[in-house]
Amino acid sequence: MISVNQLVAVSLVYVAFLFAIAFFAERASVRGRSGWLRSPLVYTLSLSIYCTAWTFYGAVGYAARSGMEFVTIYLGPSLVMIGWWWVLRKLVRIGRAQRATSVADLISARYGKSNLLAIVVTLMAVVGVTPYIALQLQSVTLSVSIFSDPVQTDGLSQSTATFWVACGLAIFTVLFGTRNLNANERHDGVVIAIAVEAVVKLIALLAVGIFVVWGIAGGIGPMLERIDSSPIGEWSMDRSRWVALTALSAAAFLALPRMFQVMVVENDDERHLQIASWAFPLYLMLMSLFVVPIAVIGLDILPPGSNPDLFVLTVPLAEGQGGLATLSFLGGFSSATSMVIVATLALSTMVSNHIVMPIWLSTQAEGAQVSGDVRNVVILARRASILLIIFFGYLYYRLSGGGAALAAIGLISFVGVAQFLPAMLGGIFWRGATRWGALAGLVVGFTVWVFCSLLPSFGPDAVLSASVFDNGIAGMGWLRPQALFGVEGIDPTVHAIVWSITLNMVAFLGVSIVTFPQPLERLQGAQFVNVFDHSAQARGWDAAPATSEDLMVMAQRILGPDDALALFRAEAQRQGVTGHLPEPTQGFLQALERELAGSVGSATAHAMISQLVGGASVSVEDLMAVADESAQILEYSNRLEAKSAELSRTARKLREANEKLTALSVQKDAFLGQISHELRTPMTSIRSFSEILRDTDELEQSEKTKYASIIHGETIRLTRLLDDLLDLSVLENGQVSLNLDTGNLNDVIGQAVLSAGGDRSTRLTVRHEQAGVDRPLTTDLDRLRQVFINLITNAQKYCDAPEPELRIDVMDRGDGLQVVFHDNGTPIPSEARSLIFEKFSRINDKDGSGAGLGLAICREIMARLGGDITHEPRADGNAFVVHLPVRAALAAQ
Amino acid sequence: MTDHNTNTTLFLERRSYRRRRLMDALRLLPIVGLLLWLFPVFWPNAKDGPDAPASVSMSGAVTYVFLVWGVLILSALALWWGLSKRAGEGTEPPEQGR
Repeated sequence: MISVNQLVAVSLVYVAFLFAIAFFAERASVRGRSGWLRSPLVYTLSLSIYCTAWTFYGAVGYAARSGMEFVTIYLGPSLVMIGWWWVLRKLVRIGRAQRATSVADLISARYGKSNLLAIVVTLMAVVGVTPYIALQLQSVTLSVSIFSDPVQTDGLSQSTATFWVACGLAIFTVLFGTRNLNANERHDGVVIAIAVEAVVKLIALLAVGIFVVWGIAGGIGPMLERIDSSPIGEWSMDRSRWVALTALSAAAFLALPRMFQVMVVENDDERHLQIASWAFPLYLMLMSLFVVPIAVIGLDILPPGSNPDLFVLTVPLAEGQGGLATLSFLGGFSSATSMVIVATLALSTMVSNHIVMPIWLSTQAEGAQVSGDVRNVVILARRASILLIIFFGYLYYRLSGGGAALAAIGLISFVGVAQFLPAMLGGIFWRGATRWGALAGLVVGFTVWVFCSLLPSFGPDAVLSASVFDNGIAGMGWLRPQALFGVEGIDPTVHAIVWSITLNMVAFLGVSIVTFPQPLERLQGAQFVNVFDHSAQARGWDAAPATSEDLMVMAQRILGPDDALALFRAEAQRQGVTGHLPEPTQGFLQALERELAGSVGSATAHAMISQLVGGASVSVEDLMAVADESAQILEYSNRLEAKSAELSRTARKLREANEKLTALSVQKDAFLGQISHELRTPMTSIRSFSEILRDTDELEQSEKTKYASIIHGETIRLTRLLDDLLDLSVLENGQVSLNLDTGNLNDVIGQAVLSAGGDRSTRLTVRHEQAGVDRPLTTDLDRLRQVFINLITNAQKYCDAPEPELRIDVMDRGDGLQVVFHDNGTPIPSEARSLIFEKFSRINDKDGSGAGLGLAICREIMARLGGDITHEPRADGNAFVVHLPVRAALAAQ
Repeated sequence: MTDHNTNTTLFLERRSYRRRRLMDALRLLPIVGLLLWLFPVFWPNAKDGPDAPASVSMSGAVTYVFLVWGVLILSALALWWGLSKRAGEGTEPPEQGR
């Protein structure tokens, strides 16, 4: 028989061993050689803190009392893990994206970083988990008492033992969990120690099981026979409990603070979850495999009245297997310690982040800008929280007397934490969930749990009087803790589960539907629900009045000087700023907030940044984007479409401009070519004739005169050409000034006919019917006359009819006057018509006397006068129509 | 959101089709497990009274529950193995009607 002293020594050696492992793991982690620490195997094993001393000892006791019912506690989590794709995948992604530090942090972040909600969840978690911690104390104490001398096992020594166990656990947790402040950086040492403990408890239970099946029963076949012939050999199941407990364990698996800690906070790689999806159910199955055989053998070989919760220890002891019993004790010890460490760590993080830190910050006059290192405060708060929580557990153990069956205490705790589930799942799957809905659901569910499950657990007349059990509060029969609303005959645990979860959900959904969320809440809601669509944070801070120095001071106090400096320097480098102070851009503020959230929780981090920056801005754009992503996409594509339409419009315009420029360039080249040709021809003849005059001595006077007059004629032609060019250029540039004058149109035409015919007599007959329209008009009469003269001389030059004739008609067109110059020459060919108004275009120019500028000048003049000149082919010749605008005609009336 | 995506294809390549069906199986597995584990509710119960049919023996119940457990674990293992072997496939646009 092993003495208690030996047991304590073994335990101390074991603890020292764990410390060493944790220490080396953290050393390796610091050196960056933490690959094996972050393997899927370690992740899966760390999940095994679900299996506490309740599993290790309690499952066998549970099986001895209720048969297979114990297994429901492991079926629920197995289903959740196998169905990881449905809930856990999203939970882990959100937890990592939001850097959630705890269940309270997650819920508070989802509902607009509400600290009120975080406080409520924290308090509920503390109250809900305390019985569970008491359970661990009880199981360790009980297991020690088995080994102790029967003479010494009086009440005093047992309570003393519990006290020392509690102290040991507290010291263990403080040393392990709060060596440094990095909830977000994860506890490498703790995780590896838990993984080792997971292996120890599995091996211990398997060893006892194998010893029982093959050592005592003699194989699988005989074992099954012994099971069937035992007191629990028949399938005897409360069906409602089977269903309700499976659902409850699944819910608790998701909502337990310590499970959230190892599953989400300590998760390093989402792919580990996929491996754990089969590995963790395997672990649970192995843990449950020998529970029934151990219970059956225990019932069989141990004297009646033995505590079935300790069969795992007492069966090996009864068979004289001291070593196996010690291993089994270490397994139970591992289960208890790992659970207490992680649970109190998770709870202390919640308490310090959501209760102590906000209070401490608000008591500081300068708020977040106070100098000094906040990390000491945080660590102190966490250590105090750990001690407080373990003290609460001890208190609960003393108050409840430690007599209740382990399983019953565990279930009470499960129902308590399951109250988080509606707010949690509702928050990550339903955007309509609001802060008030979550608060209402939590408070209602918690109240029902306290009344129906927690208080009755102390027994009648302990907290609730027996009359309340029988007659309800103040005699109201529908308020009985185990028969709410008069529904009797339900198993008390199922009763508590059904009513608390149902009323919780009703309150959560109902209040969520009637209330309206705040902007930040809606934003966070959208980010949680659509975490796979956009993991990035969309919310921004206002253009920051905070200076980088302030932020630096604050970050140093929370992250520590080195880490903060590294963070700021990296950001400054990213921004391309020299020095170590980056610009406080929106992106940087968000990154900083997330970084701080990892240490002090999102609500506190948000509050601290707000103090410096002056409030987060949820811009209209943000809300629009959240309100309707499809609208956003539509808007974006509309904008793209508009942009592309604009681009193609611009491209078309550019193309047109380019074509015009090319055409103009061609025109300019042609013009230059033409003009040099036009100038060269008279110049050539002037030069040749002047050379003849200079070099030939014996020239007749008549010849001299002839040559000189040729030179004179050419000079006149040249002058005319230059005049025309000058005229045209003045007209084209719009520099011409009009000399407005009032006169009679017929007079102008008459003068023009005279001028054209005055120079030299031609064969052309001009018929001008003066009887037509006779109107005065105000315009530049000289210019108009120039146009008419041009047209008449053109007719004189080009009309090739045997009896050339030009008829000039004036017509009133209502919107203006038309002067038609109609000759009887050969009609201009259709392909040449478009060119006749261009410069230097000459059609069948027989004598080459024209420069081809006349019609171009006419067109320019008419454009200046607000009119127009067009050519109309007629069957018997050509008609040039001069349109005079009505303004010119009416102005004179 | 993907409803607006004009890139959705009606049919997928064979390998990514397989991957999608494996994902379907993965989603279905916990439901199958739940149904199988709820099945004992229909077993005759020793508490039903003397007239009830003979209840299932404890050894049978233990075998059934652990058998289901083993099958679920093996299925999950096979799905994980199959999916991680096909990792990186099926990145083309989602099927229509999803």
